[in-house]
Amino acid sequence: MSKYILRRLLWMTLVLFVVSIITFVLMRAVPGGPFSSERPLPQQILDNLNEKYNLDDPLLVQYGSYIGDIVLPRITTEQLRPSAVEDYLINIPLPFSEYGALRWMNFGPSYASRNRSVNDIIEEHLPISMQLGLAALIVAIAIGVPLGIVAALNRNGILDYTGMGIAIIGVSIPVIITGPLLQYFFGVTLKILPVSGWGTFNHLLMPAFALGFTNSALMARLTRASLLQVLNEDYIRTARAKGLSERKVLFVHAMKNAMIPVVTVIGPLFAFLITGTIVTETIFGIPGLGRYFISSITGRDYPVIMGTILLFAMVLVLSNLFVDLIYAWLDPRIRYN
Amino acid sequence: MTAIEKNPITLGQVTALNDRRKGESLWADAMRRLFRNKLAVVGLVIILINIGLAILAPVIAPYSFKEQNRAAANSAPQWVTQLFPNMKPIGVEGGYIRVNNDYVMGADAVGRDIFSRLLYGARVSLVVAFIGPLMSIIVGMIVGLVAGYAGGWVDNLLMRFVDIFYAFPTLLFIILLMTFFRLGLSDPVPGTFGAFMADIDDSTGGMIFIFIGIGLTSWMQMARLIRGQVLSIREKEYVEAARSIGTPTRKIMLSHILPNVLGPVIIAETLSIPTYISYEAFLSFIGLGVKVPTPSWGSMISEGAERISSYPNQALFPALALFFVMFAFNFLGDGLRDALDPRMRGAD
Repeated sequence: MSKYILRRLLWMTLVLFVVSIITFVLMRAVPGGPFSSERPLPQQILDNLNEKYNLDDPLLVQYGSYIGDIVLPRITTEQLRPSAVEDYLINIPLPFSEYGALRWMNFGPSYASRNRSVNDIIEEHLPISMQLGLAALIVAIAIGVPLGIVAALNRNGILDYTGMGIAIIGVSIPVIITGPLLQYFFGVTLKILPVSGWGTFNHLLMPAFALGFTNSALMARLTRASLLQVLNEDYIRTARAKGLSERKVLFVHAMKNAMIPVVTVIGPLFAFLITGTIVTETIFGIPGLGRYFISSITGRDYPVIMGTILLFAMVLVLSNLFVDLIYAWLDPRIRYN
Repeated sequence: MTAIEKNPITLGQVTALNDRRKGESLWADAMRRLFRNKLAVVGLVIILINIGLAILAPVIAPYSFKEQNRAAANSAPQWVTQLFPNMKPIGVEGGYIRVNNDYVMGADAVGRDIFSRLLYGARVSLVVAFIGPLMSIIVGMIVGLVAGYAGGWVDNLLMRFVDIFYAFPTLLFIILLMTFFRLGLSDPVPGTFGAFMADIDDSTGGMIFIFIGIGLTSWMQMARLIRGQVLSIREKEYVEAARSIGTPTRKIMLSHILPNVLGPVIIAETLSIPTYISYEAFLSFIGLGVKVPTPSWGSMISEGAERISSYPNQALFPALALFFVMFAFNFLGDGLRDALDPRMRGAD
């Protein structure tokens, strides 16, 4: 088992490397640097900026130093955060205080906001996106799973058809549609929820619902299909033949097995929701990492773009790994060696 | 008397029953089941209506999609002001809307007719819906066929490639690609490949790059599917027989592999069409999609969302159009999947 985890982690690092290379090349291949889209700067200042951020070095050197900053830990004696260029995510003070601290993971400075580093930006905006993603996940599970269960138990009945009808409608309305619709209905007509912004629980309601509803439809269909499949199994028939009450059959035997595919889909679902926050934050004006990412794309803020993509890729790969492990733990028939 | 003696089945009836089942190919069986599925038929009809409207857009549209008429900006016809209670026409207390019954669904902020723009926007969404899958099938097929047929380290390498691309958050990658295309090729040096691509892009109203973007981000599923099929067919005896009599590889692939792969490919792509449509809508929403002035439902929603408190019709009508199309493709995809499921063949 541990060999499997090790192999997966190594694979994950390789994947992240390739992702970083592709992103780096794509970003640098766009002509015009990060300082050319603002008002035209005199050549002297441009030269100075290029030198400060090492934009004149050959691409390989730039990439090498960028990756080195992230991957290689170093020991320095400087204070915690001397400048935006030297902001490290992990700082472990060493017992021999004259040697300073072990520092690791510097994602570089932000080109757009001169005094802030990418770590600063991530610290500031990521929690908001995480909250939104988590809330959407709760919405998706809380609506989807019961709907799926009810539909499966009343197969081909009226509840099944209405449930699956809602599910199909849910899958067909991405956030672009649900967003403005909710904004109009609850924000403008009924005026009970704020149309945009962030801070209070009311601000969370509409975006979380908009983002979570589409995925709740997916959860509903998955739960229904899985439960139906489990209910057809032989061991359920045995349980019923033994005389167990229907409730026992359902909740003790059927549900646990039916939930396995559902639980394993939560991992990728969460990663998908995190990327979905990009859309939601733009619509609802939420100051999260997704919206910042979009503005950094047009502003050519390379380190922020790289950092965000690496972060999201990491979340995706980690959640896939996590889900595979949970699956192996839940289903004893699957054991990776 | 036994049951058989009470209701005898004649030999003629039995053979007739068998003939009906035996003579049907998978496709005929699937078509029959598809058309029985009412929801799928509804979806198909909606899509056909949309295609018709999109093709006939130049004929039906009352106004041009790009001519601006500032004098009529933000105006709306009578029925729209009645539909949305907060849109009060001038004359009523607190009213601000200029009622103008010339525009069927109202006009946007620079005076373009929303209905005409919806019709032309349908073109964009439908072209994405049909060419997007084509792109991902092309890329996926190349990778899948090569990997499956070559086997060995080539197969391994290509599949690792697929895994890496799976790790890319799709939405971010497509945003990245589109930025690269849009910004990187905005002022190309004339005569280079970049300038050539930029010209094609302009002539298609900005859509070529969207297709390339979609093709580069969703080919993985196809590649896996096709590779799996190739692997399973490759070892079959009839393929070996075909090879032994000298059939060229190309013909083997066309006659044996392609028909087996077509079913799952169609299902997978039809079910992905709503995703492609939503990618295009979102890209246009943030301004990285089709080029202005080509209308896209996504960009219309984005422009309308800014004014949703005062002029909700500008955002909600395109949203409704988008909903119908996605919904139709979802129904059709579900129907196709149920119809083409070989396990259910002949079971009605």
